[in-house]
Amino acid sequence: MADNSHGSPDTSVTVATPGQGGVDTFTNPGLPPHRPRLADTDPRAEKRAERQVALLFFISVLGTLLFFFAYFFIPLNDTIERLRLQNLALGLGTAFAMLGIGVGIVHWAKTLMPDHELTEERHAVTDEKDRAEAEQIVGTILDESGIKRRPLIRNTLIGAALLAPLPAIAIFRDLGPLPGDALKHTFWDAGMRLTRDPSGTPIKASDVTVGSAFHVIPEGLNEAENKLEEKAKAVVLLMRLDPESLNPSEGREDWGYDGIVAYSKICTHVGCPVALYEQQTHHLLCPCHQSTFDLEQECKVIFGPAARPLPQLPIDVDDEGYLIARSDFQEPVGPSFWERG
Amino acid sequence: MSSSTAINAYQPKTRVGRVTNFVDSRVGGSGMVKEFGRKIFPDHWTFMFGEVALYTFVILLISGTFLTFFFDPSMAETHYEGSYLPLRGVEMSVAYASSLDISFDVRGGLFMRQVHHWSALLFVAANAVHMLRVFFTGAFRRPRELNWVVGTTLLIMGLAAGFTGYSLPDDLLSGNGLRIIDGVVKSIPVIGTYISFFLFGGEFPGTAIIGRLYVLHILLIPAVILLLIGIHLFMVVIHKHTQYPGPGRTNTNVVGYPVGPVYAAKAGGFFFIVFGIVAAISAAFTINPIWNYGPYDPSPVSAGTQPDWYIGWVDGALRLMPGTVGSNWDFEWNIPFPWGVNTLSLNVLFPALVPAGIVFTLMLAWPWIESWVTKDKREHHLLDRPRNAPTRTAVGVAGVVFYCVMWAAASSDLIATHFLVSLNDVTYWLRILVIVGPVIGFMIARRVALALQRKDREIALHGRETGRIVRLPHGEFIEVHEPVDEYKRYQLVSFESPEAYAPVADGNGHVSRSEKLRSRASRFFFEDRVAPVTPSELHASHSGHHGEIANTQDRESIASH
Repeated sequence: MADNSHGSPDTSVTVATPGQGGVDTFTNPGLPPHRPRLADTDPRAEKRAERQVALLFFISVLGTLLFFFAYFFIPLNDTIERLRLQNLALGLGTAFAMLGIGVGIVHWAKTLMPDHELTEERHAVTDEKDRAEAEQIVGTILDESGIKRRPLIRNTLIGAALLAPLPAIAIFRDLGPLPGDALKHTFWDAGMRLTRDPSGTPIKASDVTVGSAFHVIPEGLNEAENKLEEKAKAVVLLMRLDPESLNPSEGREDWGYDGIVAYSKICTHVGCPVALYEQQTHHLLCPCHQSTFDLEQECKVIFGPAARPLPQLPIDVDDEGYLIARSDFQEPVGPSFWERG
Repeated sequence: MSSSTAINAYQPKTRVGRVTNFVDSRVGGSGMVKEFGRKIFPDHWTFMFGEVALYTFVILLISGTFLTFFFDPSMAETHYEGSYLPLRGVEMSVAYASSLDISFDVRGGLFMRQVHHWSALLFVAANAVHMLRVFFTGAFRRPRELNWVVGTTLLIMGLAAGFTGYSLPDDLLSGNGLRIIDGVVKSIPVIGTYISFFLFGGEFPGTAIIGRLYVLHILLIPAVILLLIGIHLFMVVIHKHTQYPGPGRTNTNVVGYPVGPVYAAKAGGFFFIVFGIVAAISAAFTINPIWNYGPYDPSPVSAGTQPDWYIGWVDGALRLMPGTVGSNWDFEWNIPFPWGVNTLSLNVLFPALVPAGIVFTLMLAWPWIESWVTKDKREHHLLDRPRNAPTRTAVGVAGVVFYCVMWAAASSDLIATHFLVSLNDVTYWLRILVIVGPVIGFMIARRVALALQRKDREIALHGRETGRIVRLPHGEFIEVHEPVDEYKRYQLVSFESPEAYAPVADGNGHVSRSEKLRSRASRFFFEDRVAPVTPSELHASHSGHHGEIANTQDRESIASH
């Protein structure tokens, strides 16, 4: 295949100068001769095709009957098996009802209707005389309106027309409240107990053994007015590691308690719950986009599309031995936003 | 039409005639029957993808209307009391509860849900495959550029319809999908947080979003799609359908079957076939079993979840984008402005906007890009076989590879668990592939197209390989080739193969920069080309033959292919 594409046409073996527009092209031989189908020549084949089409339509009738049978005689009884059976029978009934008609009609068209290909000429979509006339008419319309001659009218109209739709945008203002600082705070507060998700029972430090993980919500969240909205920000993962393996940075030494640490469960990427805890490696993995956070490096991102560590919830233990928050998160949780700063 | 003489002049004899007369003398219509009744439509199996899209949309309207009678798009809190025992007493939204009721307590409701969901998947798929057909055959060329734009818009609206509908049941899976959307929206600079709050009526998830998506899903988006379909089909009628090149087909005619009865029967029957297949799939294969997921709760999530297939590529792009580079550099930039520090989250914004932006911009602009390069402003009603436009085909393949790598990335976790490979390695490889893959795909596709063209030349010149080996008198073995008939040959030789052109100077003898650029693009498009066989070439190759056995010279030329 050496020279048949790169070389110049006169040295190449297979590349010829293009023939289009020139004389050296093949003439169109026209439609190939029509070949009759079996049903065109053999009356028995024709009759057979007719019976096949009728049979297919009859299958459709049976399909419709199957649908009615399933609808009235396969009652639902609170079990998923019965539901599946009914669904299967309704669906197959519909499928046969439709396919019988569809395949029947297509078979009819292909075997019994004429299969001679016909030729029709294309017509130009428009002709240029019309176009010239249209141009002239539009010109006349513009002329008679005087919009070109009277710039004062034109410009004030443009100004008004630009302004007029703005209320239609402004009127959507009440779709929601302004963000304010809603994204910068969560339900957590100093002294609030860490409780189990979803039951809301408090967690003792002694319950949290090394290697275990708890899904945590703040105390009182279940009774909160905007429960889901608060929960969407406040959910926390609680884990206990060997205290030696944690490497808290300056100022965060007392944010954990004896190897117990709490981190926001909301991914800093686009907000999925970071629900997977790899006990052996001490990694947290988000199942949505696989961002991976290393607990031993204060949940620094070690893989995936997240760019920021998970925020840590400073915790402590109260007089009764229950885990409590020392404060709210020190930074906004969840995905980044313009005003985050 | 209004004069009484006209009524008297035409006295219908048949029953059809009487009906025609009744309708036509009141509202007209004979003209339409005259125009469409025997209109010719070309026939080819690849023309049916668009039909599938249209028919699945009709099925979506039918099944969707049924579902609206039972679905309640409210996010008010309720306790489930329906027949599905595992969720009885569970706190959930009314929307989710009514979705469960449709599945468990409305007879045929589950079936309708499945029909609706499966046809939605098929609708977008048929749209996409239809567009690939139009692209690879060059059907978007003048005069159909605007219809290509309408089609692209339809595809985008299809994605919007799919996503808004996917979120309605308010189950755990779709809720997490919405949460991802919220995260993406919040990454938009300056207005992102506001859009998020306006969209959700406050903080995510709020109590407004399902109702709002519902209105978009059942009213606005279908209305826009219907309107676009109307425009789309109207333009098909104006332009008449394209046809594949072949004997008897020219750029100025249409060869095919008349609407009545053949085409109407085939196309009409095909609607029932599509409906039947969707019904069979919905009968046998569960889709979106929302009762397994539970109501939306911001805390839990299930591993290995996938979005509906058409959203996959954007989700995959989100997964592929690295958030950090090295240990101290990341894509979240805190930019100090005079009024304070603002956050630009490029690790989210870039993958959410750029790949889709590239794909859709190139798609919309392609008809004009190509005609700018080729300087071809003629009307085209004959399609190209993809091999006969090697560079266009290669660009299309590059786009498909780009798309499919991102799509595969949306299942990176499932690839890792099913093939027992490291999740991180899968991601690293896909990150490389999303850049390199389109280039490799481009090169391979162009070579394959050129090779197929050479094969066509060989068949046109020397005929088809028969597999019959003949021994020549002097002892040499040779395979006999059988010449193709003139109809088959015409199909192989009737294409255009434009050549790269040199830049042309304008009136002042100056070659503008854009003209130079255009010439370079033209070289890129057409430098490698295979020309169609000409009659004189065919004659030359035949005159050297001894009967049907090729001579040595011919064999050499075959060997050099």
